Amino acid sequence: MRSFYGSQLANPLMLGTAQYPSPAILEAAFRDSKAAIATVSLRREGAGGAGQSFWQMIRDLEVHILPNTAGCHTVKEAVTTAHMAREVFDTPWIKLELIGHTDSLQPDVFQLVEAARILTEDGFEVFPYTTEDLIVGERLLGAGCEVLMPWGAPIGSGRGLANEYALRAMRSEFPDTPLVVDAGIGLPSHAAHAMELGFDAVLLNTAVARAGDPAAMARAMAQAVEAGRLACQADPIEPRDMATPSTPVIGKAFLS
Amino acid sequence: MTLHSVIGAGVAGLTVATELAARGAQVQVFDPAGPPGPHGCSWWAGGMLAPWCEYENAEEPVLRHGQTAIDWWAQHTEVDRSGTLVVAHRRDLPDLRRFSRRTEGYAQAGRDEITQLEPDLSGFEAGLHFPQEAHLDPRSALKSLRKALVAKGVPFYTEPASATLENAIDCRGYAARDQLVDLRGVKGEMLVIRCHDVTLRRPVRLLHPRIPLYVVPRGEGIFMLGATMIESEDKARITARSMLELLSAAFALNPAFGEAEILETGVDLRPAFPDNLPRIRRRNGRIYANGLYRHGYLLAPALAQGVADLALENTHSEFVDEDHR
Repeated sequence: MRSFYGSQLANPLMLGTAQYPSPAILEAAFRDSKAAIATVSLRREGAGGAGQSFWQMIRDLEVHILPNTAGCHTVKEAVTTAHMAREVFDTPWIKLELIGHTDSLQPDVFQLVEAARILTEDGFEVFPYTTEDLIVGERLLGAGCEVLMPWGAPIGSGRGLANEYALRAMRSEFPDTPLVVDAGIGLPSHAAHAMELGFDAVLLNTAVARAGDPAAMARAMAQAVEAGRLACQADPIEPRDMATPSTPVIGKAFLS
Repeated sequence: MTLHSVIGAGVAGLTVATELAARGAQVQVFDPAGPPGPHGCSWWAGGMLAPWCEYENAEEPVLRHGQTAIDWWAQHTEVDRSGTLVVAHRRDLPDLRRFSRRTEGYAQAGRDEITQLEPDLSGFEAGLHFPQEAHLDPRSALKSLRKALVAKGVPFYTEPASATLENAIDCRGYAARDQLVDLRGVKGEMLVIRCHDVTLRRPVRLLHPRIPLYVVPRGEGIFMLGATMIESEDKARITARSMLELLSAAFALNPAFGEAEILETGVDLRPAFPDNLPRIRRRNGRIYANGLYRHGYLLAPALAQGVADLALENTHSEFVDEDHR
Protein backbone atom coordinates (compact mmCIF):
# COMPACT_ATOMS: atom_id res chain seq x y z
CA MET A 1 0.00 0.00 0.00
CA ARG A 2 1.35 3.40 -0.96
CA SER A 3 1.95 5.68 1.98
CA PHE A 4 1.38 9.41 2.39
CA TYR A 5 4.78 10.68 3.49
CA GLY A 6 5.18 7.57 5.62
CA SER A 7 1.61 7.47 6.97
CA GLN A 8 -0.77 4.65 6.08
CA LEU A 9 -4.40 5.70 5.98
CA ALA A 10 -6.88 3.44 7.72
CA ASN A 11 -9.60 4.88 5.51
CA PRO A 12 -9.15 6.29 2.00
CA LEU A 13 -11.62 9.11 2.62
CA MET A 14 -10.45 12.67 3.21
CA LEU A 15 -13.05 15.26 4.15
CA GLY A 16 -12.97 19.04 4.03
CA THR A 17 -14.29 20.98 7.02
CA ALA A 18 -15.97 23.98 5.33
CA GLN A 19 -19.64 24.77 4.69
CA TYR A 20 -21.25 22.41 7.22
CA PRO A 21 -24.46 23.67 8.86
CA SER A 22 -22.72 23.50 12.24
CA PRO A 23 -19.59 22.12 13.90
CA ALA A 24 -21.78 19.48 15.56
CA ILE A 25 -22.82 18.16 12.14
CA LEU A 26 -19.23 18.33 10.93
CA GLU A 27 -18.22 16.17 13.87
CA ALA A 28 -21.02 13.69 13.11
CA ALA A 29 -19.83 13.42 9.50
CA PHE A 30 -16.34 12.46 10.65
CA ARG A 31 -17.62 10.10 13.31
CA ASP A 32 -19.98 8.30 10.95
CA SER A 33 -17.55 8.03 8.03
CA LYS A 34 -14.34 7.40 10.00
CA ALA A 35 -12.60 9.64 7.47
CA ALA A 36 -8.86 9.57 8.08
CA ILE A 37 -7.90 13.11 7.13
CA ALA A 38 -9.50 16.50 7.74
CA THR A 39 -8.51 19.38 5.52
CA VAL A 40 -8.84 22.84 7.03
CA SER A 41 -8.50 26.25 5.49
CA LEU A 42 -6.55 29.07 7.11
CA ARG A 43 -6.35 31.90 4.64
CA ARG A 44 -9.53 33.71 5.53
CA GLU A 45 -10.03 32.38 9.05
CA GLY A 46 -6.48 32.87 10.13
CA ALA A 47 -5.91 36.58 10.70
CA GLY A 48 -3.98 36.91 13.94
CA GLY A 49 -4.65 33.30 14.93
CA ALA A 50 -8.32 34.24 15.26
CA GLY A 51 -9.76 30.90 14.19
CA GLN A 52 -8.76 29.25 17.47
CA SER A 53 -12.14 27.96 18.63
CA PHE A 54 -12.93 26.32 15.32
CA TRP A 55 -9.42 24.92 14.94
CA GLN A 56 -9.63 23.37 18.37
CA MET A 57 -12.81 21.59 17.28
CA ILE A 58 -10.90 20.21 14.28
CA ARG A 59 -8.08 19.00 16.53
CA ASP A 60 -10.65 17.33 18.75
CA LEU A 61 -11.74 15.15 15.80
CA GLU A 62 -8.48 13.25 16.40
CA VAL A 63 -7.77 12.55 12.73
CA HIS A 64 -4.78 13.56 10.59
CA ILE A 65 -5.05 17.28 9.89
CA LEU A 66 -4.16 18.48 6.41
CA PRO A 67 -4.19 22.29 6.43
CA ASN A 68 -4.75 23.89 3.04
CA THR A 69 -4.00 27.11 1.25
CA ALA A 70 -7.51 27.50 -0.19
CA GLY A 71 -8.15 31.02 -1.38
CA CYS A 72 -4.50 31.77 -2.19
CA HIS A 73 -3.79 33.22 -5.61
CA THR A 74 -0.04 33.84 -5.44
CA VAL A 75 3.06 31.88 -4.43
CA LYS A 76 3.74 34.38 -1.68
CA GLU A 77 0.28 34.06 -0.15
CA ALA A 78 0.45 30.27 -0.29
CA VAL A 79 3.89 30.10 1.31
CA THR A 80 2.85 32.47 4.11
CA THR A 81 -0.33 30.50 4.73
CA ALA A 82 1.63 27.23 4.81
CA HIS A 83 3.95 28.61 7.46
CA MET A 84 1.02 29.74 9.55
CA ALA A 85 -0.58 26.30 9.15
CA ARG A 86 2.57 24.57 10.32
CA GLU A 87 2.58 26.71 13.45
CA VAL A 88 -1.14 26.36 14.19
CA PHE A 89 -1.42 22.61 13.62
CA ASP A 90 2.16 21.51 14.29
CA THR A 91 2.32 19.45 11.07
CA PRO A 92 4.62 19.52 8.03
CA TRP A 93 1.68 18.53 5.83
CA ILE A 94 0.17 21.15 3.57
CA LYS A 95 -2.43 20.81 0.86
CA LEU A 96 -1.15 23.29 -1.66
CA GLU A 97 -3.91 25.01 -3.55
CA LEU A 98 -3.11 27.91 -5.87
CA ILE A 99 -6.17 29.25 -7.55
CA GLY A 100 -5.70 30.68 -11.02
CA HIS A 101 -9.16 32.05 -11.54
CA THR A 102 -11.72 33.04 -8.92
CA ASP A 103 -14.64 31.93 -11.01
CA SER A 104 -13.55 28.50 -12.23
CA LEU A 105 -11.28 27.86 -9.20
CA GLN A 106 -8.94 26.13 -11.64
CA PRO A 107 -5.45 25.54 -10.20
CA ASP A 108 -2.64 27.73 -11.50
CA VAL A 109 -0.19 24.91 -12.17
CA PHE A 110 2.75 27.19 -12.96
CA GLN A 111 2.66 28.90 -9.59
CA LEU A 112 1.84 25.55 -8.01
CA VAL A 113 5.13 23.99 -9.09
CA GLU A 114 7.09 27.01 -7.89
CA ALA A 115 5.39 27.08 -4.49
CA ALA A 116 5.81 23.31 -4.13
CA ARG A 117 9.57 23.65 -4.64
CA ILE A 118 9.88 26.44 -2.08
CA LEU A 119 7.85 24.55 0.50
CA THR A 120 9.50 21.14 0.10
CA GLU A 121 12.92 22.79 0.41
CA ASP A 122 11.64 24.25 3.64
CA GLY A 123 10.71 20.83 5.01
CA PHE A 124 7.02 20.78 4.16
CA GLU A 125 5.31 17.62 2.93
CA VAL A 126 3.23 18.96 0.09
CA PHE A 127 -0.09 17.60 -1.21
CA PRO A 128 -0.57 19.60 -4.43
CA TYR A 129 -4.05 20.19 -5.82
CA THR A 130 -3.42 19.94 -9.56
CA THR A 131 -5.01 19.09 -12.87
CA GLU A 132 -4.70 15.69 -14.55
CA ASP A 133 -1.82 16.94 -16.74
CA LEU A 134 1.02 14.39 -16.73
CA ILE A 135 3.82 16.85 -17.31
CA VAL A 136 2.65 19.04 -14.46
CA GLY A 137 2.57 15.89 -12.33
CA GLU A 138 6.17 15.14 -13.31
CA ARG A 139 7.25 18.67 -12.45
CA LEU A 140 5.55 18.47 -9.07
CA LEU A 141 7.34 15.23 -8.27
CA GLY A 142 10.55 16.89 -9.45
CA ALA A 143 9.83 19.74 -7.04
CA GLY A 144 9.79 17.24 -4.19
CA CYS A 145 6.12 16.30 -3.88
CA GLU A 146 5.46 12.66 -2.99
CA VAL A 147 1.69 12.81 -3.48
CA LEU A 148 -0.42 14.15 -6.36
CA MET A 149 -4.00 15.32 -6.06
CA PRO A 150 -5.60 15.80 -9.48
CA TRP A 151 -9.10 17.19 -9.77
CA GLY A 152 -12.02 15.05 -10.81
CA ALA A 153 -13.93 18.15 -11.94
CA PRO A 154 -13.93 21.81 -10.84
CA ILE A 155 -14.28 22.48 -7.10
CA GLY A 156 -17.84 22.23 -5.86
CA SER A 157 -19.22 21.20 -9.26
CA GLY A 158 -20.21 17.68 -8.19
CA ARG A 159 -19.74 16.41 -11.74
CA GLY A 160 -17.66 13.34 -10.95
CA LEU A 161 -14.63 12.31 -13.00
CA ALA A 162 -14.78 14.59 -16.01
CA ASN A 163 -11.77 13.02 -17.73
CA GLU A 164 -11.51 9.38 -16.82
CA TYR A 165 -9.04 8.66 -19.59
CA ALA A 166 -6.55 11.20 -18.22
CA LEU A 167 -6.91 9.93 -14.67
CA ARG A 168 -6.24 6.37 -15.87
CA ALA A 169 -3.18 7.63 -17.73
CA MET A 170 -2.01 9.36 -14.57
CA ARG A 171 -2.39 6.16 -12.55
CA SER A 172 -0.26 4.18 -15.00
CA GLU A 173 2.27 6.99 -15.46
CA PHE A 174 2.90 7.30 -11.69
CA PRO A 175 2.54 3.74 -10.39
CA ASP A 176 4.44 4.37 -7.14
CA THR A 177 2.99 7.77 -6.23
CA PRO A 178 -0.04 8.04 -3.99
CA LEU A 179 -2.79 9.68 -6.04
CA VAL A 180 -5.88 11.35 -4.64
CA VAL A 181 -8.85 12.58 -6.61
CA ASP A 182 -9.52 15.98 -5.10
CA ALA A 183 -12.57 18.06 -6.04
CA GLY A 184 -15.54 17.47 -8.28
CA ILE A 185 -17.03 14.51 -6.41
CA GLY A 186 -20.80 14.79 -6.06
CA LEU A 187 -21.99 11.24 -5.45
CA PRO A 188 -20.70 8.06 -3.82
CA SER A 189 -20.57 6.47 -7.29
CA HIS A 190 -18.02 9.13 -8.31
CA ALA A 191 -15.89 8.32 -5.28
CA ALA A 192 -16.11 4.58 -5.96
CA HIS A 193 -15.18 5.26 -9.59
CA ALA A 194 -11.96 7.01 -8.53
CA MET A 195 -11.02 4.13 -6.26
CA GLU A 196 -11.81 1.56 -8.97
CA LEU A 197 -9.26 3.33 -11.17
CA GLY A 198 -6.65 2.56 -8.54
CA PHE A 199 -6.51 5.92 -6.81
CA ASP A 200 -5.34 5.80 -3.21
CA ALA A 201 -7.87 8.17 -1.69
CA VAL A 202 -10.61 10.64 -2.44
CA LEU A 203 -10.86 14.15 -1.02
CA LEU A 204 -14.22 15.87 -0.97
CA ASN A 205 -16.08 18.55 0.93
CA THR A 206 -19.11 20.14 -0.73
CA ALA A 207 -20.80 16.83 -1.59
CA VAL A 208 -21.00 15.99 2.12
CA ALA A 209 -21.21 19.42 3.74
CA ARG A 210 -24.03 20.68 1.51
CA ALA A 211 -26.02 17.45 1.42
CA GLY A 212 -29.34 17.51 3.21
CA ASP A 213 -27.97 15.00 5.73
CA PRO A 214 -24.19 15.45 5.79
CA ALA A 215 -23.53 12.61 8.23
CA ALA A 216 -25.49 10.12 6.11
CA MET A 217 -23.73 11.28 2.94
CA ALA A 218 -20.35 10.98 4.67
CA ARG A 219 -21.16 7.39 5.59
CA ALA A 220 -22.27 6.69 2.00
CA MET A 221 -18.97 8.10 0.72
CA ALA A 222 -17.00 5.97 3.18
CA GLN A 223 -18.78 2.83 1.99
CA ALA A 224 -18.24 3.83 -1.64
CA VAL A 225 -14.49 4.36 -1.32
CA GLU A 226 -14.20 1.07 0.52
CA ALA A 227 -16.20 -0.70 -2.22
CA GLY A 228 -14.08 0.92 -4.92
CA ARG A 229 -10.84 -0.02 -3.20
CA LEU A 230 -11.93 -3.64 -2.74
CA ALA A 231 -13.07 -3.83 -6.35
CA CYS A 232 -9.73 -2.53 -7.57
CA GLN A 233 -7.85 -5.09 -5.49
CA ALA A 234 -10.19 -7.84 -6.68
CA ASP A 235 -9.07 -7.41 -10.32
CA PRO A 236 -12.35 -6.55 -12.05
CA ILE A 237 -13.30 -8.13 -15.35
CA GLU A 238 -12.73 -6.29 -18.60
CA PRO A 239 -15.79 -4.90 -20.36
CA ARG A 240 -16.55 -6.54 -23.70
CA ASP A 241 -18.94 -6.07 -26.57
CA MET A 242 -20.68 -9.47 -26.49
CA ALA A 243 -22.68 -11.04 -23.73
CA THR A 244 -20.76 -13.76 -21.88
CA PRO A 245 -23.07 -16.48 -20.64
CA SER A 246 -22.53 -17.43 -17.03
CA THR A 247 -24.20 -20.80 -17.54
CA PRO A 248 -23.19 -23.47 -20.07
CA VAL A 249 -24.66 -23.01 -23.51
CA ILE A 250 -23.89 -26.45 -24.90
CA GLY A 251 -27.03 -28.07 -26.17
CA LYS A 252 -28.82 -24.78 -26.66
CA ALA A 253 -29.40 -23.16 -30.02
CA PHE A 254 -27.06 -20.32 -29.12
CA LEU A 255 -25.94 -19.69 -32.66
CA SER A 256 -29.42 -19.37 -34.06
CA MET B 1 -39.90 39.70 45.96
CA THR B 2 -36.86 38.28 44.17
CA LEU B 3 -34.82 40.81 42.22
CA HIS B 4 -33.49 39.38 38.94
CA SER B 5 -30.36 40.92 37.44
CA VAL B 6 -29.92 40.70 33.71
CA ILE B 7 -26.32 41.23 32.61
CA GLY B 8 -25.93 42.42 29.04
CA ALA B 9 -28.41 44.62 27.18
CA GLY B 10 -28.23 43.25 23.66
CA VAL B 11 -31.11 41.42 22.04
CA ALA B 12 -30.80 38.49 24.46
CA GLY B 13 -30.66 40.58 27.64
CA LEU B 14 -33.42 42.95 26.62
CA THR B 15 -35.83 40.20 25.57
CA VAL B 16 -35.10 38.29 28.80
CA ALA B 17 -35.74 41.45 30.88
CA THR B 18 -38.92 42.13 28.87
CA GLU B 19 -40.22 38.61 29.42
CA LEU B 20 -39.43 38.64 33.14
CA ALA B 21 -41.07 42.04 33.61
CA ALA B 22 -44.12 40.92 31.61
CA ARG B 23 -44.56 38.05 34.04
CA GLY B 24 -44.51 40.45 36.96
CA ALA B 25 -40.95 39.77 38.14
CA GLN B 26 -38.70 42.50 39.51
CA VAL B 27 -35.78 43.14 37.13
CA GLN B 28 -32.68 45.29 36.84
CA VAL B 29 -30.31 45.38 33.86
CA PHE B 30 -26.53 45.84 33.83
CA ASP B 31 -24.53 46.81 30.77
CA PRO B 32 -21.31 48.79 31.16
CA ALA B 33 -21.54 49.84 27.50
CA GLY B 34 -24.81 51.67 28.13
CA PRO B 35 -27.84 51.85 25.80
CA PRO B 36 -27.98 49.77 22.59
CA GLY B 37 -25.19 50.75 20.19
CA PRO B 38 -22.38 49.52 17.96
CA HIS B 39 -20.69 47.73 20.87
CA GLY B 40 -23.15 44.82 20.64
CA CYS B 41 -23.53 42.35 17.81
CA SER B 42 -27.33 42.66 17.77
CA TRP B 43 -26.81 46.26 16.58
CA TRP B 44 -25.37 44.88 13.34
CA ALA B 45 -27.98 42.22 12.64
CA GLY B 46 -30.10 42.03 9.52
CA GLY B 47 -33.28 41.80 11.58
CA MET B 48 -34.85 39.28 9.21
CA LEU B 49 -37.59 37.21 10.80
CA ALA B 50 -37.14 34.51 8.19
CA PRO B 51 -37.57 31.10 9.82
CA TRP B 52 -38.56 29.35 6.60
CA CYS B 53 -35.50 30.58 4.71
CA GLU B 54 -33.17 29.96 7.63
CA TYR B 55 -34.36 26.37 7.84
CA GLU B 56 -32.33 25.75 4.67
CA ASN B 57 -29.25 25.45 6.85
CA ALA B 58 -30.52 25.29 10.43
CA GLU B 59 -32.05 22.84 12.88
CA GLU B 60 -35.79 22.38 13.31
CA PRO B 61 -36.18 24.58 16.45
CA VAL B 62 -35.21 27.58 14.33
CA LEU B 63 -38.22 26.97 12.06
CA ARG B 64 -40.63 26.38 14.93
CA HIS B 65 -39.61 29.14 17.34
CA GLY B 66 -38.88 31.56 14.53
CA GLN B 67 -42.53 31.57 13.49
CA THR B 68 -43.75 32.57 16.95
CA ALA B 69 -41.02 35.22 17.12
CA ILE B 70 -42.73 37.27 14.43
CA ASP B 71 -45.82 37.82 16.61
CA TRP B 72 -43.70 38.40 19.72
CA TRP B 73 -41.79 41.20 18.02
CA ALA B 74 -44.95 42.70 16.55
CA GLN B 75 -46.12 43.33 20.11
CA HIS B 76 -42.94 45.25 20.95
CA THR B 77 -41.79 47.08 17.83
CA GLU B 78 -42.66 47.78 14.24
CA VAL B 79 -42.56 44.61 12.14
CA ASP B 80 -42.82 44.60 8.36
CA ARG B 81 -44.57 41.45 7.17
CA SER B 82 -43.90 41.72 3.46
CA GLY B 83 -42.11 38.40 3.09
CA THR B 84 -38.78 37.46 1.56
CA LEU B 85 -37.79 37.01 -2.06
CA VAL B 86 -35.01 34.55 -2.91
CA VAL B 87 -33.43 34.76 -6.36
CA ALA B 88 -30.50 33.21 -8.19
CA HIS B 89 -28.82 33.88 -11.48
CA ARG B 90 -29.34 31.38 -14.25
CA ARG B 91 -25.99 29.67 -13.64
CA ASP B 92 -26.82 29.17 -9.96
CA LEU B 93 -30.21 27.55 -10.50
CA PRO B 94 -28.96 24.30 -8.87
CA ASP B 95 -28.60 26.33 -5.66
CA LEU B 96 -32.16 27.61 -6.01
CA ARG B 97 -33.48 24.07 -6.51
CA ARG B 98 -31.55 22.91 -3.47
CA PHE B 99 -32.92 25.83 -1.45
CA SER B 100 -36.47 24.93 -2.48
CA ARG B 101 -35.96 21.29 -1.46
CA ARG B 102 -34.65 22.26 1.96
CA THR B 103 -37.31 24.83 2.83
CA GLU B 104 -41.09 25.22 2.92
CA GLY B 105 -43.64 28.01 3.01
CA TYR B 106 -42.81 29.53 -0.37
CA ALA B 107 -44.37 30.02 -3.79
CA GLN B 108 -42.30 29.57 -6.94
CA ALA B 109 -41.82 32.90 -8.68
CA GLY B 110 -41.03 33.25 -12.37
CA ARG B 111 -39.85 36.36 -14.18
CA ASP B 112 -43.29 38.00 -14.09
CA GLU B 113 -43.93 37.30 -10.41
CA ILE B 114 -40.46 38.55 -9.49
CA THR B 115 -40.83 41.86 -11.29
CA GLN B 116 -44.34 42.22 -9.91
CA LEU B 117 -43.02 41.84 -6.37
CA GLU B 118 -39.84 43.82 -6.94
CA PRO B 119 -39.88 45.92 -10.13
CA ASP B 120 -36.18 46.73 -9.69
CA LEU B 121 -35.15 43.09 -9.97
CA SER B 122 -35.18 42.44 -13.68
CA GLY B 123 -33.23 39.68 -15.32
CA PHE B 124 -34.08 36.95 -12.84
CA GLU B 125 -36.00 34.05 -14.28
CA ALA B 126 -36.59 32.04 -11.15
CA GLY B 127 -37.06 32.72 -7.49
CA LEU B 128 -38.94 31.76 -4.35
CA HIS B 129 -41.36 34.02 -2.50
CA PHE B 130 -41.79 33.40 1.24
CA PRO B 131 -44.92 35.48 1.94
CA GLN B 132 -45.17 34.83 5.67
CA GLU B 133 -41.73 36.12 6.55
CA ALA B 134 -41.07 39.50 8.13
CA HIS B 135 -38.30 41.85 9.13
CA LEU B 136 -37.63 44.59 11.61
CA ASP B 137 -35.06 47.29 12.15
CA PRO B 138 -32.80 45.87 14.88
CA ARG B 139 -31.75 49.26 16.20
CA SER B 140 -35.33 50.47 16.59
CA ALA B 141 -36.30 47.14 18.11
CA LEU B 142 -33.58 47.33 20.77
CA LYS B 143 -34.49 50.92 21.57
CA SER B 144 -38.20 50.03 21.80
CA LEU B 145 -37.53 47.23 24.26
CA ARG B 146 -35.32 49.40 26.43
CA LYS B 147 -37.78 52.29 26.36
CA ALA B 148 -40.67 50.04 27.41
CA LEU B 149 -38.59 48.57 30.24
CA VAL B 150 -37.57 52.02 31.48
CA ALA B 151 -41.23 53.08 31.35
CA LYS B 152 -42.06 50.09 33.54
CA GLY B 153 -39.50 51.28 36.08
CA VAL B 154 -36.77 48.74 35.26
CA PRO B 155 -33.42 50.32 36.21
CA PHE B 156 -30.41 50.16 33.85
CA TYR B 157 -26.93 50.36 35.34
CA THR B 158 -23.65 51.03 33.57
CA GLU B 159 -21.41 49.91 36.42
CA PRO B 160 -20.20 46.30 36.12
CA ALA B 161 -22.47 43.75 37.80
CA SER B 162 -21.02 42.40 41.03
CA ALA B 163 -19.74 38.82 40.82
CA THR B 164 -21.68 37.94 43.95
CA LEU B 165 -24.99 39.20 42.60
CA GLU B 166 -27.81 36.77 43.33
CA ASN B 167 -30.35 35.68 40.71
CA ALA B 168 -28.14 36.90 37.92
CA ILE B 169 -28.84 36.05 34.28
CA ASP B 170 -25.80 36.37 32.07
CA CYS B 171 -26.75 37.42 28.51
CA ARG B 172 -23.41 38.81 27.42
CA GLY B 173 -23.00 36.87 24.17
CA TYR B 174 -19.41 36.22 23.12
CA ALA B 175 -18.12 38.16 26.15
CA ALA B 176 -19.24 35.22 28.33
CA ARG B 177 -16.81 32.92 26.59
CA ASP B 178 -14.61 32.72 29.69
CA GLN B 179 -17.53 30.98 31.44
CA LEU B 180 -18.78 28.87 28.52
CA VAL B 181 -15.93 26.83 27.09
CA ASP B 182 -17.88 25.48 24.11
CA LEU B 183 -18.99 28.92 22.98
CA ARG B 184 -17.26 30.27 19.89
CA GLY B 185 -17.47 33.42 17.81
CA VAL B 186 -18.48 33.32 14.13
CA LYS B 187 -17.38 36.43 12.34
CA GLY B 188 -19.95 38.40 10.41
CA GLU B 189 -19.38 41.48 8.29
CA MET B 190 -21.97 43.85 6.83
CA LEU B 191 -22.45 47.15 5.07
CA VAL B 192 -25.04 49.87 5.20
CA ILE B 193 -25.45 51.73 1.91
CA ARG B 194 -27.72 54.42 0.54
CA CYS B 195 -28.98 54.23 -3.01
CA HIS B 196 -31.99 56.15 -4.25
CA ASP B 197 -31.90 54.42 -7.63
CA VAL B 198 -33.09 51.08 -6.28
CA THR B 199 -36.31 50.37 -4.43
CA LEU B 200 -36.91 47.07 -2.70
CA ARG B 201 -40.07 46.34 -0.80
CA ARG B 202 -38.79 43.34 1.16
CA PRO B 203 -35.56 41.53 2.06
CA VAL B 204 -34.01 39.85 -0.97
CA ARG B 205 -31.59 36.94 -0.85
CA LEU B 206 -29.30 36.25 -3.76
CA LEU B 207 -28.06 32.67 -3.79
CA HIS B 208 -24.50 31.99 -4.85
CA PRO B 209 -22.26 28.99 -4.11
CA ARG B 210 -19.59 31.12 -2.47
CA ILE B 211 -21.03 34.56 -1.82
CA PRO B 212 -24.65 34.40 -0.73
CA LEU B 213 -26.03 37.86 -0.02
CA TYR B 214 -29.07 39.36 1.60
CA VAL B 215 -30.24 42.92 1.17
CA VAL B 216 -32.64 44.35 3.73
CA PRO B 217 -34.37 47.63 2.86
CA ARG B 218 -34.46 50.08 5.76
CA GLY B 219 -36.41 52.79 3.96
CA GLU B 220 -35.33 56.18 2.56
CA GLY B 221 -32.90 54.53 0.18
CA ILE B 222 -30.98 52.80 2.92
CA PHE B 223 -30.08 49.12 2.64
CA MET B 224 -28.24 46.70 4.83
CA LEU B 225 -26.04 44.21 2.96
CA GLY B 226 -24.99 41.09 4.78
CA ALA B 227 -23.40 39.09 5.89
CA THR B 228 -20.26 37.03 5.83
CA MET B 229 -19.99 33.85 7.91
CA ILE B 230 -16.40 33.09 8.82
CA GLU B 231 -15.11 30.69 11.47
CA SER B 232 -12.86 33.32 12.95
CA GLU B 233 -12.85 35.33 16.18
CA ASP B 234 -11.19 38.37 14.70
CA LYS B 235 -13.49 41.38 14.84
CA ALA B 236 -11.05 44.18 14.16
CA ARG B 237 -12.52 45.41 10.88
CA ILE B 238 -14.22 44.24 7.70
CA THR B 239 -11.70 42.86 5.19
CA ALA B 240 -11.28 44.19 1.67
CA ARG B 241 -12.24 40.78 0.29
CA SER B 242 -15.51 40.66 2.23
CA MET B 243 -16.43 44.19 1.21
CA LEU B 244 -15.59 43.41 -2.39
CA GLU B 245 -17.74 40.28 -2.31
CA LEU B 246 -20.73 41.91 -0.64
CA LEU B 247 -20.64 44.83 -3.06
CA SER B 248 -20.12 42.58 -6.08
CA ALA B 249 -23.14 40.52 -5.09
CA ALA B 250 -25.23 43.69 -4.64
CA PHE B 251 -24.03 44.94 -8.01
CA ALA B 252 -25.08 41.63 -9.55
CA LEU B 253 -28.53 42.05 -8.01
CA ASN B 254 -28.94 45.48 -9.57
CA PRO B 255 -26.05 47.39 -11.17
CA ALA B 256 -27.49 50.67 -9.85
CA PHE B 257 -26.09 49.68 -6.45
CA GLY B 258 -22.73 50.59 -7.99
CA GLU B 259 -23.55 54.24 -7.38
CA ALA B 260 -24.57 53.75 -3.75
CA GLU B 261 -22.98 55.66 -0.89
CA ILE B 262 -21.35 53.49 1.73
CA LEU B 263 -22.68 54.71 5.07
CA GLU B 264 -21.37 52.11 7.52
CA THR B 265 -19.33 48.98 7.74
CA GLY B 266 -19.87 46.58 10.60
CA VAL B 267 -18.14 43.53 11.98
CA ASP B 268 -18.85 41.45 15.05
CA LEU B 269 -18.90 37.91 16.40
CA ARG B 270 -22.03 35.81 16.60
CA PRO B 271 -21.92 33.74 19.78
CA ALA B 272 -22.52 30.08 18.90
CA PHE B 273 -22.46 26.63 20.45
CA PRO B 274 -21.36 23.60 18.39
CA ASP B 275 -24.84 22.88 16.98
CA ASN B 276 -25.49 26.60 16.40
CA LEU B 277 -28.53 26.46 18.70
CA PRO B 278 -28.90 28.56 21.86
CA ARG B 279 -28.50 27.21 25.37
CA ILE B 280 -29.75 28.12 28.83
CA ARG B 281 -27.38 26.90 31.52
CA ARG B 282 -27.46 27.22 35.28
CA ARG B 283 -24.06 27.22 36.89
CA ASN B 284 -22.84 28.45 40.29
CA GLY B 285 -26.21 29.97 40.98
CA ARG B 286 -26.20 31.98 37.77
CA ILE B 287 -28.21 31.46 34.59
CA TYR B 288 -26.42 31.79 31.27
CA ALA B 289 -28.51 32.44 28.16
CA ASN B 290 -26.35 32.47 25.06
CA GLY B 291 -25.51 31.07 21.62
CA LEU B 292 -28.13 32.80 19.48
CA TYR B 293 -25.69 32.61 16.54
CA ARG B 294 -27.20 34.26 13.44
CA HIS B 295 -30.70 33.95 14.89
CA GLY B 296 -30.67 36.70 17.50
CA TYR B 297 -34.03 38.26 16.69
CA LEU B 298 -35.49 34.98 15.49
CA LEU B 299 -34.80 32.96 18.64
CA ALA B 300 -34.43 35.56 21.40
CA PRO B 301 -38.16 35.47 22.30
CA ALA B 302 -38.07 31.67 22.76
CA LEU B 303 -34.81 31.92 24.68
CA ALA B 304 -36.30 34.62 26.91
CA GLN B 305 -39.38 32.51 27.60
CA GLY B 306 -37.10 29.59 28.49
CA VAL B 307 -35.11 31.78 30.88
CA ALA B 308 -38.27 33.09 32.53
CA ASP B 309 -39.61 29.53 32.87
CA LEU B 310 -36.40 28.48 34.56
CA ALA B 311 -35.89 31.55 36.75
CA LEU B 312 -39.48 31.98 37.90
CA GLU B 313 -40.99 28.49 37.80
CA ASN B 314 -37.95 26.22 37.68
CA THR B 315 -39.35 24.47 34.61
CA HIS B 316 -37.00 23.33 31.87
CA SER B 317 -37.64 24.34 28.28
CA GLU B 318 -35.85 22.63 25.41
CA PHE B 319 -32.98 25.10 25.39
CA VAL B 320 -32.05 24.32 29.00
CA ASP B 321 -28.86 22.38 28.98
CA GLU B 322 -27.31 21.20 32.23
CA ASP B 323 -24.41 19.25 30.82
CA HIS B 324 -21.86 21.31 32.80
CA ARG B 325 -19.09 20.96 30.29
